[in-house]
Amino acid sequence: MEIIRPDVSTPQEADLADGKLINSFNDNFTSAYPDPDKWLDEEIHRNILLTTVDAAVAWARQRSIFPLIFGTACCAFEMIAASGPRFDLPRFGMDIIRFSPRQADVMLITGTITWKMAPAARMIYDQMPEPKWVIAVGACAVSGGTFRESYSVVPGVNCIMPVDVYVPGCPPRPEAMIHGINKLHAKIVKGTIDNPNLSLK
Amino acid sequence: MTVAVNTEETGKRIAEAIPGSVVSSDKGSLIVDSKALAQIADFLKNTPGMEFDYLTVLTAADYLDYFEVVYRLVSLKNNQSLILKTRVYGRENLSLPSVTPVWRAAYYQEREIFDLLGIKFEGHPDLRRLLLWEGFNGHPLRRDYL
Repeated sequence: MEIIRPDVSTPQEADLADGKLINSFNDNFTSAYPDPDKWLDEEIHRNILLTTVDAAVAWARQRSIFPLIFGTACCAFEMIAASGPRFDLPRFGMDIIRFSPRQADVMLITGTITWKMAPAARMIYDQMPEPKWVIAVGACAVSGGTFRESYSVVPGVNCIMPVDVYVPGCPPRPEAMIHGINKLHAKIVKGTIDNPNLSLK
Repeated sequence: MTVAVNTEETGKRIAEAIPGSVVSSDKGSLIVDSKALAQIADFLKNTPGMEFDYLTVLTAADYLDYFEVVYRLVSLKNNQSLILKTRVYGRENLSLPSVTPVWRAAYYQEREIFDLLGIKFEGHPDLRRLLLWEGFNGHPLRRDYL
């Protein structure tokens, strides 16, 4: 579209040029410009979105994973730091920390799991509704860590439940935890509506 | 801060009240006979001038020849503290009188010692394993445990 730039040098001249332009708009006005999407049905016109169902569902799942915290040792403090304002887990849709497994999507196991604790951890995992994911945070949850040879420590939480993402470190910094969450996002977007854990196949 | 009482004098007082119950008492430690432990606990709690009404720590150690059980007592009334020790000889079927009827705080710590070192406390109301599960083989804090 051509831009109308009147040749003016004083405010009075600018006002005059403005007035001329407004008058010309007024004189030339006959009818409104036609809507280019007029041929579409009214409902479609307001609600159209082109995607696949799988992609939309995976996107929604990825952006609203409510965490269930299972902090059994010092890594829990890194998780608390990560959910604070500086590292800001809520920007990943994890702002509502759930203490009930019924309302959670991802289980953050942050700390050592002893054999005495293992039945409780497994029960909480079983109570979570599908689709569900598990992040093992810290050396103890990943492999037993320093206590791997101990009589009372589970050598890696994958002995009692399937784990999706491992975050090593003793303890891992919040940045590492955010990296693990990004990895989980990358895994969730690969899933389909009927098989959320596609990469397990 | 509590003031540590003179273990030598306390040992003498216990020996006067319950003859033959003190194995040794010098400046550093007070070791008593395990058979008279329940009586001594009652004596330490209820005698005027002592009144050790608060058990802060109850723990045990394995010295291979014997197990040493350590009671750390505090008197909130007199602002005093006392460390009382007793020894159990042998490796199998160890038993010791429970002090849970006297100091309720001993409940969980006696269960822990039973769990990790295998010393039975006679008179404990509910002696079960605390930190390990039922069916666990052995007592992990023993020095011969592998």
